[in-house]
Amino acid sequence: MRWTLLVVLVLLALLASVALGPAAVPLGELLHSDIVWNLRVPRALLAFLVGGSLGVAGAGLQALVRNPLADPFLLGLSGGAGLGAVLAIALHAPGPWALPLAAFVGALAALGLVYRLGLIGGAALDPRILLLGGVAIGAFAAAVTTAIVSLADAAELRNAFLWLWGGLSGASWDTVLVVALYAPIPLIVLFAASRPLDLLALGEESAGYLGADVEQVKRRVYLAASLLTAAAVAVSGVIGFVGLVVPHIARLTWGHRHRVLLPAAFLGGGALLAFADVLARTVVAPRELPVGVVTALIGVPVFTMLLRRWTIP
Amino acid sequence: MTAPLLPLLRLNGVRYRYSGATQDALHDVSLAIAPHQFHAVLGPNGSGKTTLVRVALGALVPLVGRADVIGVPASQWSRQELARVVGVVPQREDNLFPQRVRETVLLGRYPHLTLWGAERAEDHEAVDRALRACDAAQLADRWLWTLSGGEYQRVRLARALAQQPQLLVLDEPAMSLDLKHQMELFELVRGLVDQQGLGVLMITHDLNLAARFADSLLLLAEGRPVASGAPADVLTQETVETVFSWPVAMQTIDGRPQMIPLRKREELHL
Repeated sequence: MRWTLLVVLVLLALLASVALGPAAVPLGELLHSDIVWNLRVPRALLAFLVGGSLGVAGAGLQALVRNPLADPFLLGLSGGAGLGAVLAIALHAPGPWALPLAAFVGALAALGLVYRLGLIGGAALDPRILLLGGVAIGAFAAAVTTAIVSLADAAELRNAFLWLWGGLSGASWDTVLVVALYAPIPLIVLFAASRPLDLLALGEESAGYLGADVEQVKRRVYLAASLLTAAAVAVSGVIGFVGLVVPHIARLTWGHRHRVLLPAAFLGGGALLAFADVLARTVVAPRELPVGVVTALIGVPVFTMLLRRWTIP
Repeated sequence: MTAPLLPLLRLNGVRYRYSGATQDALHDVSLAIAPHQFHAVLGPNGSGKTTLVRVALGALVPLVGRADVIGVPASQWSRQELARVVGVVPQREDNLFPQRVRETVLLGRYPHLTLWGAERAEDHEAVDRALRACDAAQLADRWLWTLSGGEYQRVRLARALAQQPQLLVLDEPAMSLDLKHQMELFELVRGLVDQQGLGVLMITHDLNLAARFADSLLLLAEGRPVASGAPADVLTQETVETVFSWPVAMQTIDGRPQMIPLRKREELHL
């Protein structure tokens, strides 16, 4: 029943993404329209893949850092990606892939720095330091980003600002293809870590005694979730709250077993972002809201309600 | 079976020192635990009990001596294979997410599951058996946070039993339990040893309960073994007073020594 409802939501979200948009396409002509095939279908698929990736990455990171309020962007990736993207905009880097590549490289740089910081205490990866290091690196990158933006001219500034709030207007069949080829690898790594993640919720010591190779699990989950987030941010900017709210709704509905939770977070994240993107490009048509604005406007009220439920077990 | 069995756990002349420490955390410590044997390790705070558990489970590698689980150095076991042989109830843990009793006991099946495979009927049967053995079957559908301290310890013991281990390692399992629940827990552990043939290594502060229930004791002080063997040989008045720096009187009940701490008086100079 819960799964049926979720699948119906996914299909509805994808259908709405294809059927609705600033340009009115009559229902009968949907299948023959260039706007639909070249713009809306790839955009719907990209929203679904990115949302699903953020949902899974968020669920995995929450178990890893043992903090139910963790978000994929808490670990400094958004700051690094933002810095890379703004640099590409400020330097007028040419070509359609310059911006996503710069953002991806920025996210990877932040990932590497935070990971190195997490190993500061020795051979064991310390999730608390990952969290603190992520916040620090993210804040530093955001400061540099703001410095660059404040020196940029108005048009550049607007582009950079919009990018930082996330958007799927860059979607094309090429980006869909790249994400569809890339995302399954970290996704499979995370799905394979489902049971050890269940154990990790008991603490590292207990997880080890129950047979989990704790260090290996922590590294795999951190790297896979981060690589997933880095790709998501590269193609669509910083889209907040999907990776925070979706895992929570999935936990409340399906419980905390990651074998069930992760697939649910994938489908739920995909559906939420596809819906949010429909709103982003229709409510102020012909202009467009950054989709991160929509997810935050939906996500924050949902999240505050969840916080209430969280405190009452 | 007539061939001599390898002990489940054997520490032989183990020495361990944490890096940067000025003295050994464990110095020349030996013990052996066979099936059907309940072995308790006693000692004041900081005497090396927890280090001993870490060495026994391969988390720390002894600088000198050996720590073998069924004949293989503990640190050479893969974590998953070790978890099929040794079940551990650590001193404490905190559950990040709300969980029901049956779910948490099912986690004990992890070492027996394959990467992608689902839990099989035999896994659920093992969970049911473990819950029954710990008198916790009626708790199966309760949320963990609704359990009393005694119930929670029984559930954690059930999780270790669901691993179907040959050796159980219990770190202060009766701490913060009241009299009835302490006794019930020790009776339960003793029953597992007698009926299922498990070997047990228990770390405890409770000299009297250890003397009543365990087959042999190891008394540690500052990382060194002070006495080991049958409770009556280990818990003598002189040894206890020296190790714990407090005057005691000794009595015997059921043939086991029992210690009664005395009020400290001026004329007593230890």
